[in-house]
Amino acid sequence: MQRSTSLFHAIITTIAVSLLGIAPIESVFADEVNIYSARQESLIKPLLDRFTQKTGIEINMVTGKGDALLTRLKSEGMNSPADLLLTVDAGRLYRAQEAGVLQAVESLGLNNDIPSHLRSLDGQWYGLSVRARVLVYAKDRVQPSELSSYEALSDPTWKGRICIRSSSNIYNQSLVAGMIASQGMADTEIWLASFVSNFARPPAGGDRDQIKAVAAGQCDVAIVNSYYLGAMISSSDKTQQDAASKVALFWPNQKDRGTHINISGAGVTRAAKNIESAKQLISFLASNESQQWYADRNNEFPVRDTVQVSSTLDSWGPFKADTINVTELGRNNAEAIKAMDRAGWK
Amino acid sequence: MNNQLILDQVTVKYGAIPAVSDATFSLVEGEIGCLLGPSGCGKTTLLRAIAGFEPVSTGSISLHGEFISTPRNTKAPEDRAVGMVFQDFALFPHLNVNKNIGFGLSNLSGAEKNLRITEMLELVGLTSVAERFPHELSGGQRQRIALARALAPSPQILLLDEPFSNLDAELRTQLAAEVRSLLKKNKVTALMVTHDQDEAFAMADKIALLNAGNIVQVDTPYKLYHKPGSLFAADFIGKGAVINVGIDAAGLLGNNLGSLSLNTLPEDFGNTVKLLVRPDDIAYDDTSDTKLEIVSKSFLGPNYLYELALNDGQLVPCLTHSHVDIAVGDELPVQFDLRHVVIFNPD
Amino acid sequence: MSAMSSTEQPTGRRWRASLFIVTAVIALPILVIFASLLLPFSTAWQHLFETVLTDYVTNSLILMIGVGFGTLLLGVSAAWLTGMCDFPGRKILSWAFLLPMAMPAYIIAYTYTGILDFSGPIQNSLRGIFDWQYGDYYFPQVRSLSGAICMLSLVLYPYVYMLVRVAFIEQSTAVLEASRNLGKRPWETLFQVAIPMARPAIVAGVSLALMETLADYGTVAYFGVNAFTTGIFRTWYGLGDLTTAAQLCAFLMLFVFALILAERWSRQRLRFHHDSAQKKMARMQLKGWRAILALSIGILIVSLGFIIPAGQLALWAATRIQENLNANFLSLLFNSFALASLASLCCLIIAIFLAYTKRVFNSRIELGAVGVASLGYAVPGTVIAVGVLIPVAWLDNQIDFLSKAWFNYPTGLLLSGTIGILVFAYVIRFLSVALNTVDSGLTAIKPSIDESARSLGATPVRVLSRVHLPILRTSLLTALLLVFVEVLKELPTTLILRPFNFNTLAVRTYELASDERLIDAALPALAIVIIGLLPVLLITKSILNERSTNE
Repeated sequence: MQRSTSLFHAIITTIAVSLLGIAPIESVFADEVNIYSARQESLIKPLLDRFTQKTGIEINMVTGKGDALLTRLKSEGMNSPADLLLTVDAGRLYRAQEAGVLQAVESLGLNNDIPSHLRSLDGQWYGLSVRARVLVYAKDRVQPSELSSYEALSDPTWKGRICIRSSSNIYNQSLVAGMIASQGMADTEIWLASFVSNFARPPAGGDRDQIKAVAAGQCDVAIVNSYYLGAMISSSDKTQQDAASKVALFWPNQKDRGTHINISGAGVTRAAKNIESAKQLISFLASNESQQWYADRNNEFPVRDTVQVSSTLDSWGPFKADTINVTELGRNNAEAIKAMDRAGWK
Repeated sequence: MNNQLILDQVTVKYGAIPAVSDATFSLVEGEIGCLLGPSGCGKTTLLRAIAGFEPVSTGSISLHGEFISTPRNTKAPEDRAVGMVFQDFALFPHLNVNKNIGFGLSNLSGAEKNLRITEMLELVGLTSVAERFPHELSGGQRQRIALARALAPSPQILLLDEPFSNLDAELRTQLAAEVRSLLKKNKVTALMVTHDQDEAFAMADKIALLNAGNIVQVDTPYKLYHKPGSLFAADFIGKGAVINVGIDAAGLLGNNLGSLSLNTLPEDFGNTVKLLVRPDDIAYDDTSDTKLEIVSKSFLGPNYLYELALNDGQLVPCLTHSHVDIAVGDELPVQFDLRHVVIFNPD
Repeated sequence: MSAMSSTEQPTGRRWRASLFIVTAVIALPILVIFASLLLPFSTAWQHLFETVLTDYVTNSLILMIGVGFGTLLLGVSAAWLTGMCDFPGRKILSWAFLLPMAMPAYIIAYTYTGILDFSGPIQNSLRGIFDWQYGDYYFPQVRSLSGAICMLSLVLYPYVYMLVRVAFIEQSTAVLEASRNLGKRPWETLFQVAIPMARPAIVAGVSLALMETLADYGTVAYFGVNAFTTGIFRTWYGLGDLTTAAQLCAFLMLFVFALILAERWSRQRLRFHHDSAQKKMARMQLKGWRAILALSIGILIVSLGFIIPAGQLALWAATRIQENLNANFLSLLFNSFALASLASLCCLIIAIFLAYTKRVFNSRIELGAVGVASLGYAVPGTVIAVGVLIPVAWLDNQIDFLSKAWFNYPTGLLLSGTIGILVFAYVIRFLSVALNTVDSGLTAIKPSIDESARSLGATPVRVLSRVHLPILRTSLLTALLLVFVEVLKELPTTLILRPFNFNTLAVRTYELASDERLIDAALPALAIVIIGLLPVLLITKSILNERSTNE
């Protein structure tokens, strides 16, 4: 009895010690920025390394889903170690703002660099790259002249010809949210009903899968984020290149409100302890150098016009983007989901 | 009468090692046989060969006139009309008593099946436990349910593997007698395996004694006890002592044991014989002049079993009534009764 | 006797007290989720009822039935072939059957999609050869409900296999022979005796598989199957309504709890262990076409569940090995391995404690406590993470507040954002994996062994350490392995709770795969599979304990 009890204690002690041992020691650098990032590591890390190299400010990061990080931020409250929240859509930034976990930072430079529809007006968050939701069509079966706008895809001529991913996807949600903001709920519902009935197959897979399906002939038009097509064009995988070569990009709604866009962006948290460094990082991410990198590395569009875009982006030509404030996308997100549920968009 | 079961020179091997060699044995219909022997003698192997769980290497087994095991062909266990009561009863723990008994009756319709189950429960006198699960039964009840289950499909022969070894001693003798009368009443041909001679005597019409993979003797219980064919048999069966005694040409034994009739002796018996002395071969007689020293004694209830020293120091047993109570170290007056005594040639 | 009872009373009381403390701590996150039921039900519920909820529930039920049937079929066949039969290749198959366990469901889903989808190599070459167009031919849709059932069955059947195989091997051969003797063919014996007697193991295995199925999000999301978890996440992420998401989750747990109770109730009068002196292995020798068939079935299962997807991963990984194999990757390896080892050890210790308590104090209260503590497995990892995050962060903040008030010293967040909270969450999530295994091992030890040890003056602790642990060695190793592999594959909890700059293989795989970079994701995915194989190979021998070693 005595012996086994002490054995038990020994095991518990060992575990406790190893827990403390493995736990990374809280960073002791004075100059650091702690980031909760919904943008995945490989798509941001090189930029952050560059930032550290230039400024000597260390970066610590946890990546994850936007809402999960937001929940973590909320429950940690003012003791949260996070200085900066990075997300890949406006809706999460809007939610963070509503939850009161961000703080306004004034920066004349940022306000000059980033157009007002791509940031919160009170300076709580800033858009850092633009993601456009575009049409991709099969070159051999569709003439660009047949295409015009998202709205026009509800026409019965498209019956069984459209591929799009699940309504669980944030970019579809924001697409519909944007439509609600510009057309109103009633028109959006009518559009949704016909649009969903035009689907070639139940939604499944990601955006690349929709492009591949168009290339393979399963459908004629897909709605995807442009950078996926860009990635496939520059992919080292032959099958992806082949698929990309059979399709072309179309900018929808050029004659009216413009192509739907979303942003990736960042906001300084209310609990931030390294506010200045965090601000410095946002400025760096909005700088020409970083914006260029986004465009080259990930085929995203810069938030401002002064940046030279990559050849892939250039080949798609200039486009008119929807200038509605991206805050509206966050505000209408829940309504958008409900509308998609009612329309039976899986 | 027909032979129901015939084992003809059966050899069963595990790998290259024979567990049973050249076993020959048969049972007629309604007869209860027993394979008796110490553990490891191959008796269970032989039983399993009959049930079809072990193939035979040589010889054959036939049941009711049909070969069921030959070296070329082993009929599957499920295709033999052989019932078996396992040592640990092997009742299905997930089925209740009814379903256990009905398990082998899948060829019967529902109503017939129920009828048969009830019949079997009545046979073993356990109609009250029909809905219970095996773990809710006592040891004796389990044993009887296992019996009922094995008998339900009306097998050509019933095999019992150490059927009483999992029961306590009191229950054992009582059940053995019950089972025998039940089998006899229903004219069941049965073959039992045991290492316990009391069980064998209580149950069997015919006993095959096995030693080290060989059948050494097949006889009735009476003959096996009183006419053991070998020293092994003499030693294994019953109590007794084998003593070396000098003998002269006229049959007069040394140690004042009296004389043997010459015609009970082998042709050339020489100077000494080995004599099997059973406790009942030496009787207490207070008129006798032959007195032997008491080495030890044990109280058996109705009897005392004394151990006595002959003149030359060899020990012999003697059974008396329990009121013959003489202290160890004193002498017991005895009379030798050598009518049933068994004589072996010296090796 | 009096000496014994005087030492036993306080031991028992202390024991119970620790049970309730452990249970309370472990159940806390689950209780947090249940507590959401006390909050008002928002209008989101009405929306869900009117639109998608029926769909979610139906799909989840179909998924459960499908995976239940699939894992049962694959797991029991594999267990029967390698546990009860003998044929050339049996020994290799008996550990190869465990391989798919190392394959995360979402990874096998990605891989098969890559292979079988409309735009994948197989369909492309079919179209190339026969000059077909879309719609000219039938090809099963991999991204579908039935596809999800296949994927989950293929990676989850080893749970059933492992437990049922041990059960088969430990079954009394006398009982199986009795069945043959009563006229049942081997197949009939399998279905009427061996399988019913293995029921506790089958139930334990299938319920693990089903709980994992209910908690799965990666596969169903990728396949576009709207299951119940999809609903939970859409409600949280999409509608931004964490309360309703938690309420949905609470109902999911109630459902699981009801299932567990129903099963317990249905077998309360039954016993499954038959004590037999006869344990000698008598494998059925398969010869000729039977042996070929058995081998083919085995190879088919292992190929589908492991060789094909792992081969595809290896091919993909090879094309990028130079870019991806670097120091960063090694730190991922180390993190994953260390985390999985630590968490599985913690899980095991607590599982032993709970299983044993349940056995010693076999009353309703203790059973209930243990039942609640093992609910975590059916809860999606993300939800567990939130259930852990909220109370722990609250506690951290309270400590900080009090410390500042009393000592003027800010403690900050003590546990939040450390490995500790991560391990805590893993324990909650995977406890039932370890507990089920340890528990079914303990069930196989007759109560009379406890009683005889206790009557010899051993305290419960001593009975545990001197009698049960040695007997249970196999079950304990199995439990350790299962949790190790689970933690290695675990994604959502790690994603939410991990400390700064701390990544695991699963996190990396997910990030790359979710960016539709399957080829880059292949290397970390393959690493998960390979590390997962290590313990499988190391203790295969003990897990697959043959009857000979058991004697």
